[in-house]
Amino acid sequence: MRKVLSKIWNWIDDRGGFSELAKPLTTHLVPPDATWNYVWGSATLFCLVIQVVTGVALSFMYQPSAQVAYESLQYIQNQAFLGSFIRGLHNWGASGMMLLMGLHMIRVYLNAAYKYPREMSWISGIILLAVTIVMAFTGQLLRWDNNGVWSAIVAAEQMGRIPFIGNWIAYFLLGGTNIGGETLSRFFAMHVFLFPAIIFMVVGYHLYLVFRNGISEPPKPGRLVDPKTYRKWYEDMLAKKGVPFFPDAIWRDAVFSALVFIIIVSLAWFIGAPALTSKPDLTNVNVNPSPDWYFSWIFALFALMPRQIESYVIAFGPLIGGALIFALPFISNKGERSPLKRPWAIAGVIFVILSISSLWYMGYKEPWSPHFDAKPLPTTKTVGEFTASEKKGVELFNTVGCLYCHKINGHGGIRGPELTNVQKRLTEDQIIIRIVNGAENMPAYGGSLTKEELQDIVDYLMTNDK
Amino acid sequence: MDSDKEQTALQNTSREGENRRKFLSKITLGVGSFVAAVLAVPVITSMLDPVLRKKTPRWRKVGSLEDFEVDKTKMVSFKDTSPYKWSTEISQTAAYVRREQGDTFTAFSINCAHLGCPVRWVEESELFLCPCHGGVYYKDGSRASGPPPRGLFKYPIRVVGNNVEIKTAPIPITNMRA
Repeated sequence: MRKVLSKIWNWIDDRGGFSELAKPLTTHLVPPDATWNYVWGSATLFCLVIQVVTGVALSFMYQPSAQVAYESLQYIQNQAFLGSFIRGLHNWGASGMMLLMGLHMIRVYLNAAYKYPREMSWISGIILLAVTIVMAFTGQLLRWDNNGVWSAIVAAEQMGRIPFIGNWIAYFLLGGTNIGGETLSRFFAMHVFLFPAIIFMVVGYHLYLVFRNGISEPPKPGRLVDPKTYRKWYEDMLAKKGVPFFPDAIWRDAVFSALVFIIIVSLAWFIGAPALTSKPDLTNVNVNPSPDWYFSWIFALFALMPRQIESYVIAFGPLIGGALIFALPFISNKGERSPLKRPWAIAGVIFVILSISSLWYMGYKEPWSPHFDAKPLPTTKTVGEFTASEKKGVELFNTVGCLYCHKINGHGGIRGPELTNVQKRLTEDQIIIRIVNGAENMPAYGGSLTKEELQDIVDYLMTNDK
Repeated sequence: MDSDKEQTALQNTSREGENRRKFLSKITLGVGSFVAAVLAVPVITSMLDPVLRKKTPRWRKVGSLEDFEVDKTKMVSFKDTSPYKWSTEISQTAAYVRREQGDTFTAFSINCAHLGCPVRWVEESELFLCPCHGGVYYKDGSRASGPPPRGLFKYPIRVVGNNVEIKTAPIPITNMRA
C-alpha cells in the first residue's frame, strides 16, 4: 500500500513539479540571527489570508444591493450558522492586519531595513499600507448601516478640500452627487474585486523582493551599509553562516501566526464584530457617525485642529506625509542601521505612537460632541427649594441645549466647562456676557433667549447648591 | 549545458537577427499594451458612469404652505436629483425648511459644513448641532461655534401656488476656500 502511494506521489511530483516549486524555500538562506523581531510581516500576510477566506465566506451570504444589504447582514449576524463568528473573524482579521502592518513598518523603520538594496521593499510596502487602508475603509461602508453611509460622506468631504479637483474626487468616491445604490455597488466592486487584485499583485512583488534581496540582517551598531560592497558582503555572510529559510526561520513565523490566529478567533468568538447601527436612512438625523478604531484618531484630529488651518491639513497633510514616507529610502539609503545609533528614529516613532494614542483616547471620549442623550437635571433640590425663577432656569438649562455641553452635578456633556460651581468663578454680569455673546466654541444665546429666560438661567447658575 | 548553448546562439546572431529580435519584441509589447489599453476602457467607463450620467436638478414638492409655521424650522424629505427607476428609500434625502414670513422660505442642507454629518435642529435653543465634531449653527444657518469653516449650505426653495418646492442639489462639499 505504502509502495503504491509513494509511486503515485512520485508520478504526481515528477509531472507536477511540486517539490521543485517548494525547493527555493529550503535552499534560500537567511541570516542565522533573524529572530522573533522578523515575524510581523508574515503575520500581516497571515491576516490577509484570514481576510480572503472569511471575505469569500461572507460574500456567499451578503447581498450587495442598497435595498437588502442591511437585511442580509442582519441575517448573517443573527441567524446564519456561524454567521456572526465569520463576521467577527473578518472584523478582527482586519484589525489584526492594520495593527501588525503598523508593527511591521515600525520594525522595518527602526532597523532601517529600507536601506540599500531594499528600497523597493519599502516602497511596495507603503503601497500595500495605502491599499489596506482603502480596504478597511471600503469594508466599513459595506455594512450599509447609518454609520457606514455617513462615513462615506465624511470621507468625500475630506476629499473635497483638495484644491480645484476636490468636488470631482468627492463625487467620484460617492459614485455621483448623492448617496445611492451605486455608492454601495462601487464600494463593493472596490472592496471585493479591484483592491484585492491590487493587493495580490503587490504582495507577490513584495515577497519576490524578500527572496531576491534577502531579509535584512539584524543591525549591529557601527556596521554601516555601503551600497558598493553590501551585496557582496551579504552573500559572503550567507555563504558562511546562513541557514535555510525553511524550516530554520519559518517555524517562528508559523508559531507566531498561530498565536495571532488564536487571538483573532477568541476575539471573534467572544466579542464579535461591531453591532450594526440603524438602517441607512439619509433623512434620519438622530445618528452619531463614528469610524472604526483604526480611523478614530483621524476623526479626533478633525475636532481638535484649529479651524483656520484645518482645510490645509486635510488637503495637504496626507499628501506631504505620504510623500515623506515614500521618499524615506531616497533621503537616506546607506550608513548606520542600528536604532541604538539613530536616536532620532526612536524619538520619531515614540512621538508618532504617543500622538496617535492620545488622539485615539480623545476619539474614544469625544469631548467635543454634544451629549444629546444627557440625563436632565432634577428640577427639585435635595435640600431646600428652588425659587420660581431658579426652577425655570433648571428647566431652560435642560431644554435649550446648555446641558448637552456643560456638566452640573454629574449631568450633561463635557464640551464646555463644568458649571456646578460657576458662581464661585464668575460674577453674574460675566455669566450674562458669556451666554449672550457666546465664544469660539459656544453659540451666542442673545438672539434666542428672552430677557426673563436669561435671568432665570443666571439665577439658577448663581445658586450655591444646585 | 543549456546555458552554454544559449550563449553560443547569442554570440552567433547576425546583426540582421538582432534587428529582427528587436522588431519582434516591439510587436509583442505593442500588441500587449494595445490589448491592455482596450481592456481598461470598460473598467474606466463603468467606474465613471454613475458619476457622469446626466442629472438634472428638479423642483420637488416638500409640502403645502399650511404645513409650515412662520418663524419655525422643520425637517422635510424628498427624492434626490436623479435616482434610478429602481432606487428605493436610499434616494430619499432631507433638508431643514424655515418659513421666515409669508412666502419667504429658507432651506438648509442637513449636512454639516465641516465634514458632512447630519446636523440636528434643537427647537428650544434655535440651534443646529452636529454630533460628529460639535459644530453649531444659528437658526439662520450661520456658524455659531465649533470647527465648521462656514455656515450651512442652502437649497433653492420656492412657493408655487400653495406648494412649497425645493430644488434638488448635490450633497454639498466644503472646499478649501469656504
